[in-house]
Amino acid sequence: MTWLEGWWAYFFIAIAGWLATDVWRWLGVLAGERLREESEALNWVRAVATALVAAVIAKLVLYPSGVLEQSPLPLRLGALGAGAAVFFFLGQKPAAGIATAIATLATGLWWLGF
Amino acid sequence: MERVEEERSSLAWFLTGARGIFSLPAIILMLSFVGFCSLTAQAGIPPEQVVFMTGIVWALPAKVILVSSILSGASLATAFLAVTLSSVRLMPMVAALVPELRTPKTPTWLLLVLSHFIAITAWVFAMERIQQVPRAHRATFFAGFGITLVAANMMLVAVVYRLVADFPPIIAGCLFFLTPVYFLTSIWNSARHRVVYLALVVGLVTGPLFYWLLPEFDILLAGVGGGTLAWFVERSWRSRREAGA
Repeated sequence: MTWLEGWWAYFFIAIAGWLATDVWRWLGVLAGERLREESEALNWVRAVATALVAAVIAKLVLYPSGVLEQSPLPLRLGALGAGAAVFFFLGQKPAAGIATAIATLATGLWWLGF
Repeated sequence: MERVEEERSSLAWFLTGARGIFSLPAIILMLSFVGFCSLTAQAGIPPEQVVFMTGIVWALPAKVILVSSILSGASLATAFLAVTLSSVRLMPMVAALVPELRTPKTPTWLLLVLSHFIAITAWVFAMERIQQVPRAHRATFFAGFGITLVAANMMLVAVVYRLVADFPPIIAGCLFFLTPVYFLTSIWNSARHRVVYLALVVGLVTGPLFYWLLPEFDILLAGVGGGTLAWFVERSWRSRREAGA
């Protein structure tokens, strides 16, 4: 593992981190200024934005980094499923769903000896 | 006199936005940042750089990709490409929010500045609550929330960095898992358009599918392809129902 030093580190982060992300935000502003509320085009943009975020979520669950990389996939999917079941059963209470998912995962990790 | 009244109410809306720091999404994001701290501390990244990164990049997934590119010894161009490809989603997210944030009088430069504070959490928070804010004060409300959230997380990173290097793995794992679980529930909860539910479900399926087929462009293809599919299906439902009624 290597890490960057001195001003080069800040320059690197500014170009590969800040510029690489803010460019898309600026383009989003310019595109969004041309969209009317309740237009079909905005409906499409909404769908694409949501699907993009959903794809990121799926990847975080299926291919996590760090500690969860070593955890079994059925445990992660099971935790998500348990959370979803409680979320919908209790009339869409976010906190209850989130707590159930995390508790299921924690129990599973503990049982597997993490 | 009227002028004073107006200024006071702008400040009040800024503070209302800032108070969002105590909301469930903000708390979950802060816990995710604790998880990010433990990742960077284990990798030996100096804390000043982690604080800098938090403020200037802001989007957490982009930072995770930036850190792992640098750790793998990627060149500046390669790291830029990896981060920028993974951040294309910011464009439609911002584009979907802007029509709700602005009034005809909102200057473009202000929206460009405010757009920096948009990442998944702020986006979900804003999409959920912006409707309840009078249109003239929406940009101020969002600025209050966005600026407070970024500043709080920069401070959090600076303080927590030294404490998390040897976190028990079970806690680090749970902190990491909070992010996807929270995003799912809150997008579902905040959806005001049927197409959002559909796009969420389709994206969850197309994400892994395209990762398997074309891993370099998976998120982009899943978003544009899956989102277009969801939009098309919802639109044909709508037109069929209107034709039937």
